[in-house]
Amino acid sequence: MHGLSFDIAHLLAGSLVVVSFLELYQDRLLALIHIYAVHALVLTLSVAWQAFIHDAPHLYITALIALAFKAVAIPIGLRRIIIRLGIHREIDNVVGVGLAMLTGIGLVALSMVVMLRVTAEADPLAREDLAFALSVVLLGLLMMVTRRNAVSQVIGFMSLENGLVLAATGAKGMPLVVEISVAFSVLIAFIVIGIFLFRIRERFDTVDIQALDRFRGERR
Amino acid sequence: MALIHEFIFQGAQMLLVLALAPLLTGFVRKVKARLMRRRGPSLIQPYRDLARLLRKDVVLASNASWLFRAIPYLVFAGTWVAASLVPTFRSGLLFSWTADLIALIALLGSARFFLALAGMDTGTGFGGIGASREMMIASLAEPAMMMIVFAVALIAGSTQLSTMAAFMNSPEVGLRVSLGLGLLALIVVAIAENARIPVDNPATHLELTMVHEAMILEYSGRHLALVEFASFLKLLLYVSLIACLFAPWGISTATAEPALVAVGIAAYAGKIAIGGFLLAVFETAIAKMRVFRVPQFLGAALMLALLATLLRFVSRSF
Amino acid sequence: MVTDALIAVAALLLLAPAGIVLASSPIGRPTVYGASLALALLLATVGIVSLSGQHNSNVTLPLGLPWLGAHFRIDALSAFFLIVINLGAAAASLFAFGYGRHEEFPGRVLPFYPAYLAGMNLVLLAADAFSFLTAWEFMSLSSWALVIAHHHLRDILRAGYVYLLMASFGTLALLFAFGLLAGTSGDYAFAAMRTAPPNAGFAALVLILALVGAGSKAGLVPLHAWLPLAHPAAPSQVSALMSGVMTKVAIYGFIRIVFDLVGPPAWWWSMPVLLVGAITAVMGVLYALMQRDLKRVLAYSTIENIGIVFVALGLALAFKANAMNLAAALAMTAALLHVLNHSLFKTLLFCGAGAVLASTGERNIERLGGLIHRMPRTAFVFLIGCVAISALPPFNGFVSEWLAFQAILVSPQLSSWGLKLMIPAAGALLALSAALAGACFVRVYGVTFLSRPRSEAARNAHEVEGVSIVAMGLLAVACLILGIIPGFAIDALATTTQLLTGGRMPAQVGVAWLSIVPIAEGRSSYNGLLVFVFIAVSAMICAFAIHRLASDKIRRSAIWDCGFPDASPMAQYSGSSFAQPIRRVFCTLMFRAREIGEMPPPNSTSPARFTAIVYDPIWDTLYAPLVQFISFSAEKLNALQFLTIRRYLSLVFAALVLLLLVLAAWP
Repeated sequence: MHGLSFDIAHLLAGSLVVVSFLELYQDRLLALIHIYAVHALVLTLSVAWQAFIHDAPHLYITALIALAFKAVAIPIGLRRIIIRLGIHREIDNVVGVGLAMLTGIGLVALSMVVMLRVTAEADPLAREDLAFALSVVLLGLLMMVTRRNAVSQVIGFMSLENGLVLAATGAKGMPLVVEISVAFSVLIAFIVIGIFLFRIRERFDTVDIQALDRFRGERR
Repeated sequence: MALIHEFIFQGAQMLLVLALAPLLTGFVRKVKARLMRRRGPSLIQPYRDLARLLRKDVVLASNASWLFRAIPYLVFAGTWVAASLVPTFRSGLLFSWTADLIALIALLGSARFFLALAGMDTGTGFGGIGASREMMIASLAEPAMMMIVFAVALIAGSTQLSTMAAFMNSPEVGLRVSLGLGLLALIVVAIAENARIPVDNPATHLELTMVHEAMILEYSGRHLALVEFASFLKLLLYVSLIACLFAPWGISTATAEPALVAVGIAAYAGKIAIGGFLLAVFETAIAKMRVFRVPQFLGAALMLALLATLLRFVSRSF
Repeated sequence: MVTDALIAVAALLLLAPAGIVLASSPIGRPTVYGASLALALLLATVGIVSLSGQHNSNVTLPLGLPWLGAHFRIDALSAFFLIVINLGAAAASLFAFGYGRHEEFPGRVLPFYPAYLAGMNLVLLAADAFSFLTAWEFMSLSSWALVIAHHHLRDILRAGYVYLLMASFGTLALLFAFGLLAGTSGDYAFAAMRTAPPNAGFAALVLILALVGAGSKAGLVPLHAWLPLAHPAAPSQVSALMSGVMTKVAIYGFIRIVFDLVGPPAWWWSMPVLLVGAITAVMGVLYALMQRDLKRVLAYSTIENIGIVFVALGLALAFKANAMNLAAALAMTAALLHVLNHSLFKTLLFCGAGAVLASTGERNIERLGGLIHRMPRTAFVFLIGCVAISALPPFNGFVSEWLAFQAILVSPQLSSWGLKLMIPAAGALLALSAALAGACFVRVYGVTFLSRPRSEAARNAHEVEGVSIVAMGLLAVACLILGIIPGFAIDALATTTQLLTGGRMPAQVGVAWLSIVPIAEGRSSYNGLLVFVFIAVSAMICAFAIHRLASDKIRRSAIWDCGFPDASPMAQYSGSSFAQPIRRVFCTLMFRAREIGEMPPPNSTSPARFTAIVYDPIWDTLYAPLVQFISFSAEKLNALQFLTIRRYLSLVFAALVLLLLVLAAWP
């Protein structure tokens, strides 16, 4: 493989990890949504670059879907939601930023070691891409655990899904049908969650998950 | 003969950084003013300020110690030596091996150590608050810087700035994830170390958020001039460092023709102009942080740099 | 050579009874400290002569166990530590020559002081486990006697108690370690242990036991709890020895066992050492930042430096296990050089703290200030100590840290995945601890020597004796010399690293301009001499130019402080307020630091209150439960005191039968 294209693919995958870290760092909701848009944009670029170097035109469609839905439609939708909910100035943090990022570093290191060891014989581009993708997935999960606002959890979930897409493209791309269906499922999940947010808000006057805990049946 | 030649180059660099440092600060101020649609002070205003301060009497607090009077000279000398060891227009200078990048960082650490002591000397509230916060910021910025050095040094296989610049100029570097992370972290560290917005505001006085300016509040006259000059030099040093590590194009080598040296000088001037411009744009676009937001900002830089180093340790291709 | 050293040690031992006799007479102090100084210098000379490793000689004295005898030997390792310990001891003796005048009870210090020096030297000379442990205990006990010299103070008695407990615990661990090393043959001479290294499982156990045993003496977290209590409690020259020198004996013990006696290391050995070292470094300096007692700050900073040494030792172990001899030598050099450096500047700083204590009677930095005006010479040498310990160029602390960083930069070539993750993390923690040490010593120096005096005692401070200042001055000069021409020291260490790691660093003295170049010039180099000269020359040129060409006038006036000078010195920035940002950033998580501010209600004239609470996680989670457990079990076992004689006999009998059963069941 050509050295430069290899490096650029790496750089894009690495940037996705960095943007995941930025999401962990940012605790203001509006800025978080913007960063998520950047996240999706980097994913788009990464997928498009993979399409280019592997000469796989169906990946362009994946990239296009990522761009249209994840980088544009969903951020705009989320932005509207939080502005209508009046929570766009809220700060959301359960664990300190420093600790969350430190854990993030640990997770990245873990995924590096695991991936690079397990796939020792694989194509180096694929395995390092996979390692990055796993880091993005884990960071997304971490984000869902360390936040308590439903909106940030949605964003954590969607960056997790971005990590999955990265993994899939790294492995020479998944079938287009699967990709499209995944994208739609995410979109539908987004719509459902959005509707739920409004319903939750109507009932409880907040989207803070901790507040919802009080209404759970099993806790007495 | 060759030795004299080398001496001239080393001396030229020492004088060059001395001459350019106030200009860079003046340039940043000018650009910032223009971005705010003010006319702004003239480019050479920092020189005038320094000359004016140098001519004025020193007003010392009645209980200031000898250390307080010695520190401006030490800080200035330390920063100057550090700044003249960073390759600017020509690498492989005569004394470039005196201090590698780690020693250079530590040298700046020495200067900061003494400046913080000066803040404590007269026993004022402002001096104390400045010194305390400066050391808090340094306690995060310094390890972050060290991790950046590790990441870059592991790529270049050296902590020697000339060797690093030469390696970064060679085609085998490529685009690397760890380099990208390192650059990002280095920019954050540079902003913090130079007390720029959003970490600190170099333009304010009489505000509890100030750090660097609070520390040097009791200085006046030639002492103040030296401390200010040292901070100009430090800004130039960091811009040169970023240029030398991440944009080493045009730096002439030790064996280069005179024409190439001229190219090196032109490239260097261009690079610091671009660096100053970007800094001014960044500072204009962003707001000052609360002081306890700074640790998170710097902590993020530390994490990025640590990540870069980790990646280098795990696989050679990052 | 060994005989000379042993004679000097015997002389030190003889000095102890002389100390008892002369304690009350006026010539007691000069005699004891003068003779200690001379003997320490003699022993240091022996160390220097033996460092080349060509004068290895053995002496076996008919002491100790009858079938074993007492073996003594000096090799390159013990020679190096002889130098470290006796240089520190000589400086402390010289300091005490003047400082001892302030001692309230010379009778409690003079006899034990030379005995303590003798104990430390004997540990280094010992070449069999029995004499090693005997000397080790002798060292512990004599230092314990010095710690409780002022036993009328309750805190000091408690410190002595904790120290005694931890010292016995450490010795117990070492005893087991040597037992495993001697194996079934039961030969306790070091030479025999070297020839028959234990199998992998036992060797690993020896590593852990050595880490626990020597680590508890050196102050590794979490076994450090006694150190900040005991070191400050002793008279200052003894504190200097305990912190600056005795911790080095502990490091010697660790190196002797792990690098010399136990055979080739396994791949994972470096990991616990690195982990413990890195945590110790950061925790130590964070603890130090939270303290107000000057000597306790220094004691915690010792813990930090021990952590740094152990990180370097861990790197050396990792390289040695991977047969990277050159890199191992580099890491080992960093460790040993830091041992030497730390012994110099910590002795200096403790002596300085002693000088402050003698002239003000205060150890609490919140009640000091402005001493630079009243004690200018002490202030100057103390400043050098502070700069050196903060790892700032051009002083010596930086050189060893720089070498450690260079060693880290070689480590990606290690193959183990665990190390690939651990070493960058350890490097980051090392850098963090260095930066925090800078903050810590700005705080100590700024609050103690700079700013305005906060108490009457500080206002009326006076300079200490000339001899004491000379002692500190010599240490400061040594710090500078080792900082600007470290090449000589590095070269002198080559035989020691050769012995321990099988590699040696390239010769440094021949390098142009006396730079140090650990691997290759294109890779990294540092020249403290030129850095020092450049800074000095450019500072002088610029001072000269400004004074000649611009202005050299000075006016004195009141403090400006933006027009709000606070009248009371108590309103200055104190040590606690200096540490507040760092406490908030780093200690919220680790030490559960909380700040409680209580504002009075409006219209009330009662003062506002501010309380900062810091918990010690190690004490709360480790020691407190342990103490509870021990007192619980002691309570239960108390019943054993009131048994009938028949019951006691049956217990003894049961124990005997049990041991015989074990013997019978042994394969």
